[in-house]
Amino acid sequence: MSGITLSTRRFRPQGLLPAALIVGAALTYAVVSLATAQSAQLSWAGIAGLLQRMVALGITACGQTLVLLVGSIDLSVANLISVSAVIAAHVMNGRPDAIALGIAAAIAIGVIVGLANGLIVSKLKVSPLIATLGIGLVLQGVLSAAYDDLPGSVPASFRVLAYGHVLGIPLALLLLAAVVALAGFVLSRTVIGFRLYGVGGDARTARLAGIRTDRFVIGAHIAASVTAAVSGLYLASWLGAGTPWVGRDGGYDLDSVAVVVIGGTLLSGGRGGVAGTIAGVFVFATIDAVFNMLQIDPFLGQILRGLIVISSVAAYTFRGKAHVA
Amino acid sequence: MTAKILTHAVSRPPTPRVAWRRINPTIVIFLVLLAAICWISPLYRTAPGLMSLLQRASPVIILSAGQTFVLVTGGFDLSVGSLITLVVVACALITGGDGSLTWIALLAAYGIGLTVGLINGAIVAWGKVPSIITTLGMLLSVKGVAMLWSGGAPEGYLPVNLRYFGRYVWRHVPLIQRLPVAVVVLVGSLAVLVWLFHFTNFGRLLLMIGDNPRAAELSGVPVRRQRMLAFVISALAAVTAGILLGGFSGVSVDVGTGYELEATSAAVIGGVVLLGGEGSMTGAIFGGLTLYALFTLLNLIGFPEPLRVAVQGLILVAAAALTARRSGTRQ
Amino acid sequence: MKRKTAWRLGVSGAALMVATTLTATAWAQTATSDSTAMAKEFAYEKALMSAKPIGPADKPWLQSLSSATVDTAKYKKAPPYRVCFSNASVSNPWRVVGWKVMQAEAELHKSEIASLSYADAQDKDDKQISDIRAFVTGGKCDVLIVSPHTSDALTPVVEEACKVLPVITFDRSVNTTCPVTAVRTIGGYAYGIAGATYVVDHMPKGGKLLELRTAPGIDVFETRDDAAAKIFTDAGIKPIGVEYTGADNAKTKAVVSDYLSRFGKIDAVWVDFGAMSVAVAEAFEDAGQDYPIITGEDQEDYLQKWKQEGFKGIAPTYPAYQWRTALIAALDVLQGKPVYGPNWILPQPIITSANLDQYVNAKMPPLHYAACGCEGMPGYPERWGGKP
Repeated sequence: MSGITLSTRRFRPQGLLPAALIVGAALTYAVVSLATAQSAQLSWAGIAGLLQRMVALGITACGQTLVLLVGSIDLSVANLISVSAVIAAHVMNGRPDAIALGIAAAIAIGVIVGLANGLIVSKLKVSPLIATLGIGLVLQGVLSAAYDDLPGSVPASFRVLAYGHVLGIPLALLLLAAVVALAGFVLSRTVIGFRLYGVGGDARTARLAGIRTDRFVIGAHIAASVTAAVSGLYLASWLGAGTPWVGRDGGYDLDSVAVVVIGGTLLSGGRGGVAGTIAGVFVFATIDAVFNMLQIDPFLGQILRGLIVISSVAAYTFRGKAHVA
Repeated sequence: MTAKILTHAVSRPPTPRVAWRRINPTIVIFLVLLAAICWISPLYRTAPGLMSLLQRASPVIILSAGQTFVLVTGGFDLSVGSLITLVVVACALITGGDGSLTWIALLAAYGIGLTVGLINGAIVAWGKVPSIITTLGMLLSVKGVAMLWSGGAPEGYLPVNLRYFGRYVWRHVPLIQRLPVAVVVLVGSLAVLVWLFHFTNFGRLLLMIGDNPRAAELSGVPVRRQRMLAFVISALAAVTAGILLGGFSGVSVDVGTGYELEATSAAVIGGVVLLGGEGSMTGAIFGGLTLYALFTLLNLIGFPEPLRVAVQGLILVAAAALTARRSGTRQ
Repeated sequence: MKRKTAWRLGVSGAALMVATTLTATAWAQTATSDSTAMAKEFAYEKALMSAKPIGPADKPWLQSLSSATVDTAKYKKAPPYRVCFSNASVSNPWRVVGWKVMQAEAELHKSEIASLSYADAQDKDDKQISDIRAFVTGGKCDVLIVSPHTSDALTPVVEEACKVLPVITFDRSVNTTCPVTAVRTIGGYAYGIAGATYVVDHMPKGGKLLELRTAPGIDVFETRDDAAAKIFTDAGIKPIGVEYTGADNAKTKAVVSDYLSRFGKIDAVWVDFGAMSVAVAEAFEDAGQDYPIITGEDQEDYLQKWKQEGFKGIAPTYPAYQWRTALIAALDVLQGKPVYGPNWILPQPIITSANLDQYVNAKMPPLHYAACGCEGMPGYPERWGGKP
């Protein structure tokens, strides 16, 4: 029974959507840079700069993909990113020998928050939106109560994460690639991933097939929180300090949900994948870069950004038959 | 006809329950908070004090009651905060402080609300874009329109007669001494919303759609039209809240910021079930009251500001968990 | 049974989290800021407040309180210039007014400026770093103006940019001396000192003072409050409350009303950000009470209310004319003219009832900032939403 219901979801290709998004965005970027005579943006440095815009959101969005796939959602990531960045900077406080400890502290907070989110959602049956919104508020409150200014800085050697290069490739891009590859591998090549789709697609059937769905929901939440923590670490390295508003101002909560959905993952779970998510992140990075090149008025840019979010999702949903809410 | 039969079917089967359990716990929580407020501050023991509390809470209550129409169908409306800002900015720009233009501004404000609601609803119902994404997009775009239109800083005050609704207080009223106009607006709006929600087929069908849209459609419910109207009601409620807020506090470009989540929180605290199918106006109204009473209490006892947000978060989760436990379904 | 287990699990999870966060709180609060550094900056800014600025008195945006200059001969180029500007955001009226001031200034130099390229970081440090990098790699800038969102965060990328082209910062600065000059005003302490001193001098003995803050942890507001708190403490005044309002008008009114109900009467309200002053005044109106001393800022709605109602007020400013200065400095650098530096310290006018009439202008919109230095610029007053 499980074989039949679940296998149809296995390795479900995301189709041409991710490729189409990436090609479309890349072409727009190329055409705009040529049309505005900014061909330097097509050099490797320009493209690396474009790709680096993806890192923080991309890492977070990978975790968000897992959560959405099991039919949950995580709105606490933005505040968790701030917490992670601040804790890391506080623990490291400029000392190279404390880097490992700082990383461990940030990841540990991520695990704890993810566990809390997962337990509240799966055991207390609280709507994930409310659960993670509430936890996000708790994190924000505690963070601003604890730190009323910048708590120390990261040591120069930790800055390598965001500013270093390996063979001409920014280390940050390799970090993003590693997270994407790991999430992609788990989803498409392991039993865990296979069951994860099952849990999100039809929790009842999955349960009848003997899958302990709660564990997958909790696991996905832990994964999402850990990616948010990693993203916070990257931002601490990129900004050189942990700013308590970096996550909230960055809008990583709703943005990460938006890019995952733009990438074709269903909000209701069970279908989608990281390839689409990365395509969605690429679209967002391109919007920023293209608006800069075109010198779009910032307020007009805000209107267009909203319309792009809606229309890029509508582009493939409007043909659907089922009702969405 | 069909609809009528089905509405009957959706209503929960009578379960043997102790009577007190049927009371919405939010009402109890609200009364406890209110008692605490009265205990601390003598002002709130008087009718004028309570009226001023109600005046300030009106926008959130109206918002959360309006938001409930969307929530029970399983959707979200994140665009209400931006819509409030747009309404206030639009009123300032249209009147430029000239009181004779107030009626035009009010008409325009409701026109804007209607448009935003129709767009939200049409995209969700016919474009089949999930409402959280649709209204997130609209949150950005509507705020963008407000900023672009005003150039980032509105060019005028709100005229006195427009601010009347949110700010003015009638004095020497029998029994309660003072009656803020906002409270009258609140009662009027709620009367309409409660009637729509609980006493019309429209409202009953909304719950049905939230419960099971497919079944609703098969039984002949115009699901798409209903869904769109729910967004229209939410948007019109936001316009009313915007007029009260603008009236109370004047022009600013971030007057509505954050109200979308406050309204949803209020509804959830009141026991409205996200993902649809369950909820009542009483819950939404007392949810809004509870949230505002909580803020007031924390303010009165001088609770450290940054941690207030954390308390709000904990209460949100606890309320949702409580509702889930009570109804036995996922909240 | 199962449900009970679930509850226990959830509760213990939540308890664990609360415990962790509380520990973190306690731990973090042991780190206190360096008070000697504060005392030094306080004394420095206090001294600057009475210093006489160099430069034309009718053009404060060209003045400086520090006479040191930087030689810019090595940056000299032939016009026209391509100016690039990385802005933190236009998310509040002060920044909107300022950005219009800079654009108007650019119009005044049409012949020298080939382009003014703009990148808006929407309050995201992350984006601002990428924006600056894109300017640098694009190779289409002769000079870069940066208004940083967070000083620490922007420091490394500004250092990168300095290697390629001259950089000017304004509003906030960065923690490196590589920019040619950092345009700034005296600072947050001076702002705090001006308002608090007025309150101390004018409040009746033993009067009740309420302090309203915008939000914790934002450098500008922290320095303003540090200075004011010091003045109040030195004068033996203990505020009846310090409240955060997020500069939200509705919340401000609610907070002030609650305090009025608790204390019956308030004699002075000090704010760290003038956007809330009118809401404060309205709270007193709605309570049917006389206005107290209300401090503010050069936002027009406050100035107009102050003039109209005649309460006791004072408006320290954070002048928006620094947006002009930044562009002027950028052009001077490219022309090889020496500029004030490494800090170009602009005077920070204080509006009192004596000079209020110079600043208040009923034709300007409520959210306009009077110390914009924009009268006489192209498009004034319509560009800023004013009536001719």
